[in-house]
Amino acid sequence: MKTPLPMPSQPETLIANGKEAHYLVEKDNVTGAEALILALLAEGVDTVFGYPGGAIMPVYDALYDYQDQLKHYLVRHEQGAAHAAQGYARVQKRAGVCMATSGPGATNLITGIADAMIDSTPIVCITGQVGKHLLGTDAFQETDVVSISLPVTKWNFQVTRASEIPEAIAKAFYIAQSGRPGPVLIDITKNAQVEKFNFKYQKINKIRSYFPKRKVDLAAVDRAAELLNQAQRPLMLVGQGVLLSQAQAELKQVAERAGIPMASTLLGLSAVEANHPLYVGYLGMHGNYGPNVLTNQCDVLLAVGMRFDDRVTGDVKRYAPQAKVIHIEIDPAEIDKIIKTTVALNSDAKETLQALLPRLAARQHPDWLARFKECDRTEYDKVLSKDFAPTTEKVKMAEVIKRLNELTQGTAIVATDVGQHQMTTTRYYHFTQTDSNITSGGLGTMGFCLPAAIGAKIGRPDRQVLAIIGDGGFQMTLQELGVIMQYHVAVKVIVLNNNFLGMVRQWQQLFFDRRYSSVDMTNPDFIKLAEAYSIPARRVQHREELEGALHDLLASPTAFFLEVMVEKEENVFPMVPAGAAVADIRLE
Amino acid sequence: MELEQVRYTISVFTENKIGLMHRIVTIFTRRKINIESLTVSETENHGVSRFTITAFVAPDRISQIVKQIEKQVEVLKAFYYDDSKIVYQELALYKMPRQAFVGSDVVEKIIRQNHAWVLAIEDEFVVIEKTGHEEETQHLFEELKPYGILSFVRSGRVAIAKPMKRVMTHLKELEEMAVN
Repeated sequence: MKTPLPMPSQPETLIANGKEAHYLVEKDNVTGAEALILALLAEGVDTVFGYPGGAIMPVYDALYDYQDQLKHYLVRHEQGAAHAAQGYARVQKRAGVCMATSGPGATNLITGIADAMIDSTPIVCITGQVGKHLLGTDAFQETDVVSISLPVTKWNFQVTRASEIPEAIAKAFYIAQSGRPGPVLIDITKNAQVEKFNFKYQKINKIRSYFPKRKVDLAAVDRAAELLNQAQRPLMLVGQGVLLSQAQAELKQVAERAGIPMASTLLGLSAVEANHPLYVGYLGMHGNYGPNVLTNQCDVLLAVGMRFDDRVTGDVKRYAPQAKVIHIEIDPAEIDKIIKTTVALNSDAKETLQALLPRLAARQHPDWLARFKECDRTEYDKVLSKDFAPTTEKVKMAEVIKRLNELTQGTAIVATDVGQHQMTTTRYYHFTQTDSNITSGGLGTMGFCLPAAIGAKIGRPDRQVLAIIGDGGFQMTLQELGVIMQYHVAVKVIVLNNNFLGMVRQWQQLFFDRRYSSVDMTNPDFIKLAEAYSIPARRVQHREELEGALHDLLASPTAFFLEVMVEKEENVFPMVPAGAAVADIRLE
Repeated sequence: MELEQVRYTISVFTENKIGLMHRIVTIFTRRKINIESLTVSETENHGVSRFTITAFVAPDRISQIVKQIEKQVEVLKAFYYDDSKIVYQELALYKMPRQAFVGSDVVEKIIRQNHAWVLAIEDEFVVIEKTGHEEETQHLFEELKPYGILSFVRSGRVAIAKPMKRVMTHLKELEEMAVN
């Protein structure tokens, strides 16, 4: 006799991202595959990026019945599925979902998973696996993806029985999205996908051994406030944690009250609008001159939701040795990892800044702020004026980005790949809207941009999404143009083509005596390629064609492909050479 | 300049889950730190396992490593100790030819002096057990060596911390610090 379950079997309503999604919290006699779909719906998922194959066929079969509720985007390579889920997650502020089959399908996800791990992006990856009885037999397309993905996932789990699916998926979403977010992988053996059981779903918001978020330590907040209230030259470092905890408003309130200049990390870009009077620019290897140099002159450094990556700090021993450091960071393992803190605030950025604000005295530091402006002038004279000057035969990357920025007024979502175009874009695209910067920071994954931009556009169809890519990175995942074609994803793709692996070439020029080793690229006709995918395309060979082409690109209601032939041997400056101190940043 | 490495004993309290050992081990291997010994068993709390790991680590790195271990979702709590903060023990087994005991009491004396004891006697061999610190089991090894050790095995370290606070008390404190 069946015991009645305590929960109602009628569809329940869940508010997911302002949209009402209907989902079943229980259903009898369903396959594991259908249970997975129901669990995803229960988590408010309506979009999945994936690629089918042998070991995940039952899931795709179940998906067939739920196409109206769960939209599946067929990518052209599983790496694209992971990056698309990342782009989607970054703009949707919730976990992106990707799926792949066992073996090569699963291993192809790994680069995207590793990228999500180091950049704290919540994604839930579902992989099919051979049947339980075949585990460890070297069965067709068997690979130990749980072990392979282990060091690059926040958590992973292998499901071998259908009845484990609801709890595994509930845990996956909770873990991926809470605390410091990250990727989670659930590997489901084929037998578990076909077995039947009585499905019942309950969301999880507590795990005994997991403490994603700690209460704000008010005594420490007092100490931090005291430091800031006495500071003469405070500097705030804005990391992605501000975006993840949606602390943009609190951050600005703190900066405005205490008169603290704000500098952003690469992944923190767009948390503060670039035209904010206290915004002083971008940190790190190719960041702005002022925030880098003055890091070593501030007296109190307030780091919010960032992890002192080596691209930000340069030589750690010569990084802000004079400063008292306040570190607001949700992840306990980041506290004192690279830079020893004076005051550690190991809690959520938003909650911590809320507690800090009323303790701060209203102050201003006009002389200190003026020094950033002074540095800006130096940087303009030495770098920007040259970058923007139409002195070369071909257009420079900086000219393209500057114009794009002006035409969009910094309002677009901008996805970038990795290399010179990325640094140029993040330098010269001045974000005025939050959650707009989609780039691969920690892992530096070439090939990230195109699929991530597709995911971002699918996540925010209402916004202009620009994918700015180099000719090298574009060729790593260009097959995803197929997704743009098939699903009419209106991404605007801009390939800045210098027929070089530009950043590697720049390093070879500066640090390897111009020995240009394997950086020259003979490229295909990208326009023909885009046209083969039915994407309207234009090429800019000469400077005077740029304006019209950018207008076409931005005005296009559909996807558009623009190739800009850019100057071959431009370098990105300023630059903190690897291992140098931030204060030794080079302007030329 | 790198600090001299110290032998630390790391106690990790975890949920008893498949794959967790792998997660913990990769925290060491990724940093090129060799694990000297590793022992896992269930604790006084059902479902909670204790890993006892010994490794040589520079003192300025050990707390980072323990934080990385604690960061794993299924780890309840991790601690590290130098040898002064724990009571620890290892166990060693020595397989000796039975001949070694025949015709002389030298081996018998060695066993007595070392507070070892005989576990099993078979036709061809005798198994001796000795518990103690590594130096002690190693000392016995050196003494028995001239009489022909057929096989030798030493367990990983098990350790009990001297501080009186129980792991569940730590957990309760963490819970009080957490935001739901």
